[in-house]
Amino acid sequence: MAVAIPPFETFYERHKDEVMAFLGRRLGRERAEDAFQETFLRALRAYDRLEHGEHLRAWALTIASRIVLDDFRRRRPTGEMPELETRDARPAFEELAPLTDGLPHKERAAVVLRYGYGLSYDEIGAALGSTGSAARQAASAGVRRLRKEHA
Amino acid sequence: MITVSTSLDERFRAAAAAEGLLDVAYDLVEDTPVGTLLVGVTDHGVCRISYDADPERELEELARMHGPRVLRSARPVDRLRRELDEYFAGRRRHFELEPDIRVVPEFNRRVLEQLARVEYGETTTYGALAASSGSPHAARAVGTVMNRNPVPIVLPCHRVIGANGKLVGYGGGLDRKVLLLRLEGAIL
Repeated sequence: MAVAIPPFETFYERHKDEVMAFLGRRLGRERAEDAFQETFLRALRAYDRLEHGEHLRAWALTIASRIVLDDFRRRRPTGEMPELETRDARPAFEELAPLTDGLPHKERAAVVLRYGYGLSYDEIGAALGSTGSAARQAASAGVRRLRKEHA
Repeated sequence: MITVSTSLDERFRAAAAAEGLLDVAYDLVEDTPVGTLLVGVTDHGVCRISYDADPERELEELARMHGPRVLRSARPVDRLRRELDEYFAGRRRHFELEPDIRVVPEFNRRVLEQLARVEYGETTTYGALAASSGSPHAARAVGTVMNRNPVPIVLPCHRVIGANGKLVGYGGGLDRKVLLLRLEGAIL
């Protein structure tokens, strides 16, 4: 039997801290607050069209990662680098971005989201409007290209 | 770790309501003479007033009846909160906010619509309410409808008593029925 869809209040209370931590790591506090509100408003807009209550945590994080990517895309043309909080050991976007400048757009996004932001391939696929395996292929194609260029 | 501040939390809850995305906005109304109330409102009015609420069960029920987008949000409830304050202070005899009983079964709705006509400070009987609802032999069924009234106080089931003058019963407990009838001056 399908898992019932919980009242939105329950869904929100269950996942809000993890979504905020995820956004905070990637965007810093100030921008994470706007992204947080946008994440849950988007979830709320789609909530009455959900067909079951499974994988709601992954669903919430996918929406959040899409918003991170929107933020990243919006800022990229200005050449301004996001101020990332780098409390984990992953390389910061600042270090990756100049290296990946020469990659095709999709490969660059996949490499940066995977190695700069630590998103899973499924999250990246969702963020790029494709699939997890396409994201994996794009990221490894990007890495191969970088190896060749920097060899 | 970056956490959700109270102000961010409140901002989201207000934005969700302001965008019209909620099936039900609910909140607690605390420290009334009849205790803490959990109240719920929709775009159509008051859909729930609950005594001694177990929030988790209450939310499940609201979601089942009205849709899953149920969220605690203070602002949409403010008007009802103010009207309840005034009522308990003896300054309000009638609620402006409409009850939303669209999801109530047909017979119950008919009875509740008749109940809405029983004025502040007056009482009626289960039998009389059955008769005015078009089912003169359904006094007992009317008792059940009162017991399941989703919006007590606003729909005044406390004003319905036995033909012999006994108060009979109340979904929120007889003490509350007595308190409300005394507040309205219907009994001493």
